[in-house]
This record gives sequence, C-alpha cells and structure tokens, in this order.
Amino acid sequence: MKIRVNGETIEVKEKAAIPDLFERLGIRPPGIAVELNGEIVPRSRHPETMLKENDSVEIVRMAGGG
Amino acid sequence: MKDTFKIGKREFTSRLMVGTGKYPTPEVMKEALKESGAQIVTVAVRRVNLKRPEESFLGHIDTSLFTILPNTAGCYTADDAVRTARLAREAFSTDLIKLEVIGDEKTLFPDNEALLSSAKILVKEGFCVMPYTNDDPIMARKLEDAGCAAVMPLAAPIGSGLGIRNPYNIRIILETVKVPVIVDAGVGTASDAAVAMELGCDGVLMNTGIAGAKDPVRMARAMKLAVEAGRLAYLAGRIPRKLYAAASSPIDGMIG
Repeated sequence: MKIRVNGETIEVKEKAAIPDLFERLGIRPPGIAVELNGEIVPRSRHPETMLKENDSVEIVRMAGGG
Repeated sequence: MKDTFKIGKREFTSRLMVGTGKYPTPEVMKEALKESGAQIVTVAVRRVNLKRPEESFLGHIDTSLFTILPNTAGCYTADDAVRTARLAREAFSTDLIKLEVIGDEKTLFPDNEALLSSAKILVKEGFCVMPYTNDDPIMARKLEDAGCAAVMPLAAPIGSGLGIRNPYNIRIILETVKVPVIVDAGVGTASDAAVAMELGCDGVLMNTGIAGAKDPVRMARAMKLAVEAGRLAYLAGRIPRKLYAAASSPIDGMIG
C-alpha cells in the first residue's frame, strides 16, 4: 500500500505498524517523533499503531538551530 | 556567593545559552559549546531526511551535559508552532520550548498575535514556554500573564549582529515582568552580551554571534567571559554618569 512520509509517497507492506515503517526506512530511535494524520503517536503506542493506505506520516528528529 | 537563575523549576548557573545552528563543522560546534560554559543549548525540530535516515544530530550533543531547549524556528503560524512544540516534547522528552512565531521573512520579527495565542495553548498543555519576542514591554507583560516561564526579547534582528538597539525598552521590560528576561537574537560580539547583562538581564541567548565568528571556539569563550563580566558589573552597581571630572587622588597633602 502507499502512504505519505515527510511529503514523499512510499510503498509499505500491508498491516505495517510504526516500527515496521522505521525498519523499512532505516530510521533508528531515540530522538524521533511521529505524527500520523496530524496527531502525535506517543512512543509507547508505536508497536500497536497500524498504518493504512493513504496515511500521512511526519517523522522528525533534532537538527542544529538557534 | 552562588548566583543562579531559574527557568520554571530548573536552576542554572550559566547565564549564556547557545544555539547549535550554522557551525562550520560538528567538531567546532562541540568545542564551542564546551568553551561557552552554556548549560542550555537550543535545537530545531526537522523532518528525518529519508535519503539519509541514519543522520543523527543528537549524536553530536552530550545530553548529560546540556539541557535541550527545542525551538519552533521557521514557524509562521500559531498552528505550526504548537504542532512543532508537541513534536519536540515527544522527540526529546522535555517540556521546555523556545517559542518562535515569525511574522516576516526579511526581518524575522515575531508575529505578536500568533505568539501570544500559541503561548496560551502551550502553557495550558503544560509546556515551560520561553517566547522569542519584540523588545516591547506590553508584549512581555502579556506573555508573563499568559504563564510563560521567561520572556526573550530580541536585541536586534536574528543573525544581524547589531547589538542592543533599544536598551531603554529592555530596561522597561526588566521593570515590568518578574519572570527571567533573556536577550535573544542580535548579539554580534562580546560587548553586546556584556551590555545586556549590565542592564540587568537574567541571561543571553545567541547562535550566529558565536557560530558565524571567524573562530567560533574563541568567540564562545569571549561570550562566556562577557556574560560573566556584565553580570558582575550589574551586581556590583556601576557609578553614575557625570558630565565633569571627579579626581581619584586626594587634594589634601598636595606639595607647594
């Protein structure tokens, strides 16, 4: 199925949860936050949060800044 | 004598806060952060680059040494700032937020209306809000009334290095609010930081002034010393300015 991640369309397997998405993209916590369709998904709920077709996901981390 | 200041419940001895952007290399940044003696460092929240997912800025900052102050830099609406603050809290497990809502690309001056409305939302959600604001005493009072933990008036536009353009407004802000006043943005060199502290500010936050210097590590040390010197001078109490001379040596006992 197709979902949007950080503005890009990507293909993920059916019944993928957030940790599966991290694995698919090569992202390693800690210091990561996830927003699914505009709502933050707390870290503790990542394993149980399943993705659906056309979901919009934002994954952010720390960057240098003032 | 111990001279500390508090942001919410956290207590700090260093009054210099530094940003982590625009350094020539991560190594120079690490060394500069160390030299600055800062205990609080600001960071931004950005999308993971899907082409380089292994990149980790967090790896360059020793979180056991520094309190992380995430910012909402680059946000132009209250909604974006609130959203970024929530992401920062989730990513870095902190309630601290340097709240920036920018009103204009050219000046990077804050959007007062959006700043105040987003501050109110974030305070209600339990954030320890440190807003980047104009050097406007009325705004400072409104932000304090909204429950912000500090106010951070700009000295001059972000990255401009123009120094304290309106010291009188900063003084009025200091008389107006009880929360810490931290000069944020516009500091260009050590004397600017010293002036801010001599006015009685509780601290100074800077990024470009250090990161953009020819030798950021040396400038970090200069800023540390300037903030300390300015603070000491403020506590010591300067002499009044007078138009005419007052001799330092006694008149009594002169020869002849």
